[in-house]
Amino acid sequence: MAEAFIYDAVRTPRGRGKSDGSLHDVQPVQLLTSVLRELQTRNQFDTSLIDDIIMGCVTPIGEQGADIARTASLEAGYAESVAGVQLNRFCSSGLEAINMAGAYVMSGQVDAIVAGGVESMSRVPMGSDGGALFMNPLIVARHNIVPQGISADLIATKYGYSRQDVDTFAAESYRRAVEAQDTNRFRRTLMPINDELGVTLLDRDEGVRPDTTVESLGKLKPAFEAIGQMGFDALALLKYAQFDKINHVHHAGNSSQIVDGAAGILIGSKEFGEKTGLKPRAKIKAFAVIGSEPTIMLTGPIPATRKVLKRAGMTVGDIDLFEVNEAFAAVPLLFMDELGVDHSCLNVNGGSIALGHPLGATGAILSATLLDELERTDKQVGLVTLCVGGGMGIATIFERVN
Amino acid sequence: MLNYTIDQNVAIISWAMTSSPMNVLNDESIPEFEAALQRAYADESVKGVIITSAKPEFVAGADLKMILRNNDKEPTEMLNVSSELNRIFRSIETSGKPTVAAMNGTALGGGYEICLACHQRIALNNPKTLIGLVEVTIGLLPGAGGTQRLPRMLGIQAALPLILEGKKVGVQEAKRLGMIDDIADSPEEMMMKARAWIDANPKPLQPWDELDRKTGKIVGKENFNVPGGNVQSSVGAKTFGAGTAMLMEKTKGNYPAPIEIMACVYEGLQVNIDRALVIEARHFVNVATSKVAKNLIQTMFLGLNEANKGISRPKDVAKTDVKKLGILGAGMMGAGIAYVSAQAGIEVVLKDVSVEAAEKGKEYSRTLLQKGVERGKVDPQKVDGLLNLITPTADVQDLQHCDLIIEAVFENRDLKAQVTQEAEPRLVENGVFGSNTSTLPISGLAQASAKPENFIGIHFFSPVDKMGLVEIILGKQTSDYALAVAIDYVRKIRKTPIVVNDSRGFYTSRCFSTYTAEGMELVKEGVNPVLIENGGKNAGMPVGPLAVTDEVALDLVYKISSQGVNDGVVSQDDTSYQMAKQFVELGRLGKKAKAGFYEYPADAPKHLWPGLRDLFPLSVNQPTLDEVKTRLLYRQAIEAVRCFEENVVRTKLDADLGSILGWGFPAYTGGALSFVDFVGIDTFVKTCDRLADTYGERFRPTKKLRELVEISKLTV
Repeated sequence: MAEAFIYDAVRTPRGRGKSDGSLHDVQPVQLLTSVLRELQTRNQFDTSLIDDIIMGCVTPIGEQGADIARTASLEAGYAESVAGVQLNRFCSSGLEAINMAGAYVMSGQVDAIVAGGVESMSRVPMGSDGGALFMNPLIVARHNIVPQGISADLIATKYGYSRQDVDTFAAESYRRAVEAQDTNRFRRTLMPINDELGVTLLDRDEGVRPDTTVESLGKLKPAFEAIGQMGFDALALLKYAQFDKINHVHHAGNSSQIVDGAAGILIGSKEFGEKTGLKPRAKIKAFAVIGSEPTIMLTGPIPATRKVLKRAGMTVGDIDLFEVNEAFAAVPLLFMDELGVDHSCLNVNGGSIALGHPLGATGAILSATLLDELERTDKQVGLVTLCVGGGMGIATIFERVN
Repeated sequence: MLNYTIDQNVAIISWAMTSSPMNVLNDESIPEFEAALQRAYADESVKGVIITSAKPEFVAGADLKMILRNNDKEPTEMLNVSSELNRIFRSIETSGKPTVAAMNGTALGGGYEICLACHQRIALNNPKTLIGLVEVTIGLLPGAGGTQRLPRMLGIQAALPLILEGKKVGVQEAKRLGMIDDIADSPEEMMMKARAWIDANPKPLQPWDELDRKTGKIVGKENFNVPGGNVQSSVGAKTFGAGTAMLMEKTKGNYPAPIEIMACVYEGLQVNIDRALVIEARHFVNVATSKVAKNLIQTMFLGLNEANKGISRPKDVAKTDVKKLGILGAGMMGAGIAYVSAQAGIEVVLKDVSVEAAEKGKEYSRTLLQKGVERGKVDPQKVDGLLNLITPTADVQDLQHCDLIIEAVFENRDLKAQVTQEAEPRLVENGVFGSNTSTLPISGLAQASAKPENFIGIHFFSPVDKMGLVEIILGKQTSDYALAVAIDYVRKIRKTPIVVNDSRGFYTSRCFSTYTAEGMELVKEGVNPVLIENGGKNAGMPVGPLAVTDEVALDLVYKISSQGVNDGVVSQDDTSYQMAKQFVELGRLGKKAKAGFYEYPADAPKHLWPGLRDLFPLSVNQPTLDEVKTRLLYRQAIEAVRCFEENVVRTKLDADLGSILGWGFPAYTGGALSFVDFVGIDTFVKTCDRLADTYGERFRPTKKLRELVEISKLTV
């Protein structure tokens, strides 16, 4: 079987996902087009060598609809021969795109792919695509489907994470993100987004608040208590009858931020590197997806990680750095507890709580961040994992090759 | 059955069924209604149609016996029946001729669905009229277009609560909600307005219809925009997920109809009306063929009606009528009995040891009536007249000429004997003496009576004004006459009588106590108390077993079980006895002591007592939720079976109604005895055996049950 190499990665800054966010007036297709152009500009490859563009996008309707990957490819001036496809595995879509690209290259049927994702959450709101999973009454009832915030609070309830626990984790995410920004650790993959006149709109992740502390987070009100009382707590507790109530600990400050952003990773075979003269930065060692209990929904990173480690013949101790998506603080907390991973090697530059979670792009952004950090600290092996809506998990192991 | 007349080129179809007490949709009326419609639509001289009724009501709904008869038919067969009705109603809309519902009276369920299919709805301003889609209350869904037309008329968010709650509204409210278009003050005006509408709208088209471009025929509109927002909109996104969650919170998933109604609206409003009606019909069949619908119709509608009509009453006793009632003891129960009796126009003498105590009992009625006035439920003009019916007294002489006397004094044999002997001579000739005891055997109490044949148990439930059941208990010597008087009285105060034979705890208390007892067994085994409580609630009981034990009070549980121990029918190591004793010794008597299985803080909701985990440490292996639910329901059901076999409860219907109305056994099962059929007798016996092997002989099925399993195998 062939190996799949990562040749480079580019990502946009993450803009606040509201109408006053810096990227709000940038169409999602423009975000993605900028990423594709930047990747080509930096690496100067012949775009006709690219077979396909695979992009994650979780709300692929409106201006994110109609195969945004192909649209951006045309706009970016890639060769007409380059195909494009958009996929959706909820929050893991960006990593799913990488895994799929990796699988294509490994299979020998494809030479090179740009994989990644895009989400302009300020323009195409999360959940605005409806979906039977969240709306069909019989499906919601049969599978006890609740909003993710309720699931996150259910994790906190079941595993005993207090408000103090989740706020402490979140404050540390902010502290690390501030330090990473101050020391320019994201510079390798981060590109600025400019308007049509060439004026820079945003060149750093916008949601990082340097003044965030456990105390300041402690003042925020639980975000999911109100919808919980509207029936969703009860729906979840019908399945989790050992608890009399859900402890609502998550809020805007310890949950991932809603943001706009995009990312692209150049993945190719050994031959692609030889043809273009590009040097691979890492290879995709192994990947895995799993389904898990859909009501608590967000526990998937644990079984997914176990599965990918087994596939790679590795143990937790073999992994130098982890990126676990901070969808909600309880998710990485549970991950560390269940797998015995120390916070010192996990999300070392902060995570989605401080930096933002542009749904379709996050998997690719986390992978790029991990690569940069492995190189900066001269470590070898890293693992990226995300929890996924509907009760799924995904994990990928990357290994540096230089 | 349906009158068809033509007046100035308008066909008037008037419902006037004689084969049933009310106009209903059934096998007879449906074909006739269709024929009348077809006749009108085929007649070129007819320019419009008015549908009305010659009886007080418009159309009261579908005949539930028809639905019940089809319950176990093949789904496809039932789909045909259901599609028929939709086809007929749809023909009103596609006829092209203006058709007006002139709603002279009540239009419920299928009756209102006729109106929804009409182009215009004009109701007579009749204070007795009730309008609504009530199907959900008997486990069904509006299957003749109700789930499709009402949301298309009012919008999803406005229509859903009306359908999901089965709300019945008056004419004015219906107009305000948009359920009807116009109100007329007299039958003449109603018909005049209907005519005027027909004249003004010769070519009506429902908002959800359009003319087919090629054929010119009326067809369902593609891309119809639902007022207030489509299914696939931010309104829909907000409504369906959260709405389903709320329904699940309420039903615990035990009642399929509400969720299926949501599904009808969700699915149906995304397609045109023609396809939507097919979708609705499928969901209707799903619901109507369910065991839950069958159970609700059989027990809670047909059965309840029979019981309310006095099916248990001895037929050969002439009708009796309690005009003057004496009540001994003006406590909570006595005061409540006085209130419901005065409501029924009965003259009440409320006697206690002092006039003050009796007055206090009467105050209870005043308070309830005032609340009723505040809520607009009681006519303020009637309050004084009603209160004047209740005479508080301490004088036994005032009981003179009572037709019935009910004692509601403390549960003490000597006291009860004393008041019986004191009051009984005041009864009219052949008057009846009733005891509201819930624990003391009636035959024993009757020994104090000079006429034990006229002594009977009349067991009310608390709070009397809210609880619909009365358990009538026959002593060994109680006569048919006394039973007839008791049933006639219970009917008069508009409650549901069940009749049981004398026995320890009678029927309801005996079975109910198994629910609390099994809760305590679970506690003793170290099962997580939260799981126990949720097990009870998720199984459909109104309250968890430990919470309800707190409400009953642990000292009472201790008192009753001690009596059982003394009488040799309860063993020393009985769990309820031991645990109640332990709690009484700890001073944790329950809700009244603000300490029991729960803590009752003054400024916060009650919560389970943390000390419970020290007394009964959690076992390592916790049972599944399903196992807890199974234990709690089976324990009650097997006790009901024993009561039935021991002839404590005399009929299956009484056993079922007593369980649902008396102690809150879940209605979806059909009742504590029908539960056996609900799960299947074979499964019931096997599960009982498994539970008995695992948890104790209290679950062991009876010999009779095993015989019934054998018989059921032979007949299959």
